[in-house]
Amino acid sequence: MNLSYDKPEIYLAIAAFLLAAGIYGLIRRRTLIGMLIAGELIFSAASLNFVTMNRFFVTDPAVGQIFVLFIMALAAAEVSIALSIIIAVYRNYRSIGSKDLSELNG
Amino acid sequence: MKEFPGSEYAVGFVFVVAVLATIAGASLAALTTRIIRGVCGLMLCCVGLAGLYYFLHAPFLSLMEILIYVGAICVTIVFAVMLAEPDEAPARESRRAVLGWGALALAISGAVFWGVAKLGMSHAWAKPAAAVNTGSVKDLGVALLTTYSFAFELISLVLLVAILGALVVARYGRTKP
Repeated sequence: MNLSYDKPEIYLAIAAFLLAAGIYGLIRRRTLIGMLIAGELIFSAASLNFVTMNRFFVTDPAVGQIFVLFIMALAAAEVSIALSIIIAVYRNYRSIGSKDLSELNG
Repeated sequence: MKEFPGSEYAVGFVFVVAVLATIAGASLAALTTRIIRGVCGLMLCCVGLAGLYYFLHAPFLSLMEILIYVGAICVTIVFAVMLAEPDEAPARESRRAVLGWGALALAISGAVFWGVAKLGMSHAWAKPAAAVNTGSVKDLGVALLTTYSFAFELISLVLLVAILGALVVARYGRTKP
């Protein structure tokens, strides 16, 4: 593998690895916080892809950076909402395992 | 100006460290059973990503990655871990089911990795004709306050609503002292 930091391939491969790790975590995790962490990995994969494309293949290199800034702000908002929901769920069920939250399971 | 001796090797070493930190952190975040180790893996992954952003000529983004992800998101998740005791109980399902689901998840994520990486590496991306700016911090600021000023204001509104919503949702169901 070509380990040059001035070529896009290595960054694209790392972004694909982050996406795969996030998907694996989403499938295998049994608690809500673990699934949230896996979701953050997928966000990071998207951001890394944006910055790579922005560095190598774009005429206006400010657009991708601004988009990634917006992704970060949305991720922060999502985490704050999701964690408060998780705390509320823990208060009602005394558990945040995804197997225990089966009230709507017909 | 004379170059510092061996600077090329030092830069390569820092790049390899950033790549390894990203990959090791992502693996740790996805594979450990203890949630707090997963959070530490996410922190390591974000530090590595900040290094990669620096190599991609986006120093402002690498600063923001450390500030927002390591400084805010991971610390918030650590607070939730302290409040909700999320350690996974030993699996109630049989050993065969655990192995089966693990193999299925590994196959799906492996297929996604192989497909996306192959697509990204083999596609002939077109080089741009000419760059209209250099993507520096000054260009970022100008673009944020001219072209993207409306989106910039909207994102602050989204953050405000998220803070209020988090407060309301977390307060609901709490007993009065």
